[in-house]
Amino acid sequence: MDIDIDEIIERYPGKPEYLIFLMQDIQAAFNYISPEALTLVCDHTGVPESQAYAVATFYGSFSLEPKGENMVQVCLGTACHLKGSGLIAENLMRSIGLEEPGTTEDLKFTVETVNCLGACALAPVAVVNGDYQPKVTSPKLMKKVSKLGSE
Amino acid sequence: MQATAKKTGQAKLGSLEELEQLRGELTAAVDPDQTLIVVCHGTGCVANGSPGVTEALKKALADAGEDIKVVPGIKTTGCHGFCSRGPLVIIKPAGIFYQQVKPADAEDIVAQTIQKGETVERLLYKHPQTGDTLSTTEEIPFYAGQQRVVLQNIGQIDPTDIEDALRAGAYAGAAKALTAMQPSEVVEAVTKSGLRGRGGAGFPTGVKWGLAAKHGDVEKYVLCNADEGDPGAFMDRSVMEGDPHAVVEGMIIGGYAIGANEGYVYVRAEYPLAIKHLEMALADARALGLLGENILGSGFNFDIRINRGAGAFVCGEETALMRSVEGKVGEPVPRPPYPSDKGLFGKPSVLNNVETWANVSRILERGWEWFAGLGTEKSKGTKVFALVGKVNNVGLVEVPMGIKLRNIVMDIGGGVPGSDHFKAVQTGGPSGGCLPWEDADLPVDFDSLIAAGSMMGSGGMIVMDDRDCMVDVAKYFLGFLEEESCGKCFPCRLGVPRLRETLVRFSKGEGTAEDIDDLYSLAEAIKMGSLCALGGTAPNAVLSTLRYFRDEYEAHILEHRCPAGVCKDLITYSIDPEACTGCHACFRACPQNAVSGEKKKPHTIDESLCIRCGMCMESCKFGAIQVV
Repeated sequence: MDIDIDEIIERYPGKPEYLIFLMQDIQAAFNYISPEALTLVCDHTGVPESQAYAVATFYGSFSLEPKGENMVQVCLGTACHLKGSGLIAENLMRSIGLEEPGTTEDLKFTVETVNCLGACALAPVAVVNGDYQPKVTSPKLMKKVSKLGSE
Repeated sequence: MQATAKKTGQAKLGSLEELEQLRGELTAAVDPDQTLIVVCHGTGCVANGSPGVTEALKKALADAGEDIKVVPGIKTTGCHGFCSRGPLVIIKPAGIFYQQVKPADAEDIVAQTIQKGETVERLLYKHPQTGDTLSTTEEIPFYAGQQRVVLQNIGQIDPTDIEDALRAGAYAGAAKALTAMQPSEVVEAVTKSGLRGRGGAGFPTGVKWGLAAKHGDVEKYVLCNADEGDPGAFMDRSVMEGDPHAVVEGMIIGGYAIGANEGYVYVRAEYPLAIKHLEMALADARALGLLGENILGSGFNFDIRINRGAGAFVCGEETALMRSVEGKVGEPVPRPPYPSDKGLFGKPSVLNNVETWANVSRILERGWEWFAGLGTEKSKGTKVFALVGKVNNVGLVEVPMGIKLRNIVMDIGGGVPGSDHFKAVQTGGPSGGCLPWEDADLPVDFDSLIAAGSMMGSGGMIVMDDRDCMVDVAKYFLGFLEEESCGKCFPCRLGVPRLRETLVRFSKGEGTAEDIDDLYSLAEAIKMGSLCALGGTAPNAVLSTLRYFRDEYEAHILEHRCPAGVCKDLITYSIDPEACTGCHACFRACPQNAVSGEKKKPHTIDESLCIRCGMCMESCKFGAIQVV
C-alpha cells in the first residue's frame, strides 16, 4: 500500500471531534481500519481506544476487516424493495458463495446492502465499484459481477 | 460559450451595493434570447447516461462550426425532477423539452432545433392518456401541476457556478437580512412566515430560532441535517446537488438570526455529488466574501464546515446527529434539555433540514407575507416530494401544501401503470404509514397526514399497487428500523424485533387473530417508552397497514394466502404454456434446475425444487412466469 498513514493523520487537528473524519479517510484509503491505524488515530485525537472501537462498530461504513477488491452495493430502499431488490441481493450472494452480506473468502468481492441511495427513480439500483446500475435485474447484475471476477 | 466575467477576477464583496452591482453585471453579460442547451446532470439522468449526451452535443456543435448563427452554450444543471424520462435536454429560450435523449440524437438536435428552430418529434414527450405530443416544459402535466419554490433554480442554474446562482438571485435574502434587519427581526419574519420544519416533525422554525436566540452573547451553532436516510426520499439530495447556495444562504441567515458564527452541514456519505457541490459552493462563497469575516461589511462573521455521515440512520435524529458531529457514537439523548439550550458541544444550537434552510432563503428574499400566502392555514408554503414506486411519472415534485393526494398521484404522477387507482401511498418513510385509495381526497399537509395515521416525514411518497403486499411492507420497515435502532433504550431495542418477528410469522401464514391484538399493545408500549422518534414512530408501519388493510393480514393468517403474491412461503411459480415459447432462458437461469422442458416447447417448474428466487421470472422475456 503506497498511502502514507501519517499523512492522513496530519490532515486534521488533534481533537476528538475529528475522530470520524480520520476514520473515514483511513477507511477510504485502506478499505478497512486496522488495529494499528486505530491506535494511531486515538493517539492523535486523544480519544480512548474503547471509544474509537465503539465508533468503528456503530457506524455502518467502517470495517475492521479488509474488504474485497470489488464492491457491490444493492439498494434496499423502499422503492427498490418493492421492485424486488431483496431477491436480487439474495441471488447475487448465492451466486458468489455468500450467505449474508460480507466479503468472499478470496477477497474478490464485498456485497453490501444499503438502505437507500436516493436514486429511487432508477429502482431497483445496485452500485458496482461506484457505477450506478439503474433498473438492475438478477441476471444483469450476476453477469456483470462474474465478468469482474474473471478479470 | 456564454460570455461571463469569470469569478477569478472578482474581489471580495464589501457591501450590499457591491453584491447588487456584481449581480447586475453578470445578468447584463448574458443575452436572455441566446440559445442555450440545458442538460440534466442529476443523479438519475447521469446514471441513465446524460454525460454522454452532453459530450455528443458539444461535439455536434463543434462539428456544425460556422453554420451556427448564434453561439449556443451548453449548461449542465441539477435534477429537473422528471427522473423516469431522463436523460433530459431543454432548449432555451423556447423551453423545448426533450426526453430519453441518447448521444446519437445530438446531431439531430443541433441540425434541426439549434440551426433551423424545428423540434425533433421523436424526442418530445407524449401524453400517456391523450397521446398528444407536447413540446415545452409548461405543457407537460408533470410540471404544470407543480409550484416550484425550493426547486425554483434547480434545472435553471449550473450548481457549480456561483455566478449563475447570483444571476438567479442567490444571497439576496441573506444580504437583506445582514444589512437591513436586526437579528430579532429575522427571527420574527421567519416566525410570521409560518414555516414549519421540513425534516418531518413540522416544528415552527421561527419559534425554534427564538429559543436559541434568547441565550444572548454566547457561543452557538447552526446545523443542517442533510442525513436524508429515509428510504424512498431524495429531495434533500437534489437540493444540495442542484442549488447548494440556497442551503448555504439559509444557514447564513439562521446564523445571523440566532447569533452563531459557525455552521455544520451533516451530509450522508452516500451522496458524493452533493458533498462535492456543497464544497464548491462554500469555497466560492468564501472567495466572494459571502462567508468568513465581516460578511458584506455587516460586521457578522460566519463559516460552514461539512461533516460526512458514516452510515447510521439514527443520526438523522437531532441529538444523535450532534453527538456524531462531536466525533462520538450517534446515540440520541433525552430531551429536555433541548438543543436550543444545550446542543452541539453543550452550546445552544439550531438544527434544520436541507429543505427548511432552502425555504429560509426564499422567505427572506421575497418576504414572509408572500410565504404565508402559500399553502394552508397551519401548513404554509410548499413541500417537495419524491414520488416513486408504481407511478408513471417517477421523480421529484414540489406542490403547495394542502393539495389532494389524488392530484399528486393521478395528475402530476400520471397515474398507476396498468390501473386507474393506487392501492396505497406510503408517506413519511419508516416513521410514517400507508394511506389507502379511499383517502385520495385527503389534503396533504402536516396535520391531515398525522390524523390519517401517517406523517409528512421528509417527503418520500411511495405509490403501491395490487402487487405490493402490506404485510411485507410493514415487515420491511420494521426490519429496517430493527437494524438501525441504536439500541440505547429497551422499548426500541427489544420491542421492534418482537413486532418484526410477529410479522415474519404472518408472512409465513402462521399466527392467530390474538397475535394482532398483542401487536397493538406492544406498539403502544414502544410508542410511549422510546427515547427518540425512531422508536416512537416505529409501530406506525404496522398500525397504519392494520388500520386500512386488515383483510390482507387476515388472508395471510387465516387463509394462508398472500393476495399480492409477494410473501415467499405462500406463493408458487408456474409457467403459462400459452405464453411460453420454450426459449430455455428460465431453464438456464434457474439455480435449482427446477425448470424442465424441451426447446421450443412449453416448460414446467418442479415446485418441490423451487426456492422462489424469481430468477425465471426476471429472465423471461415473454411474461410467461406466473405467481399464484
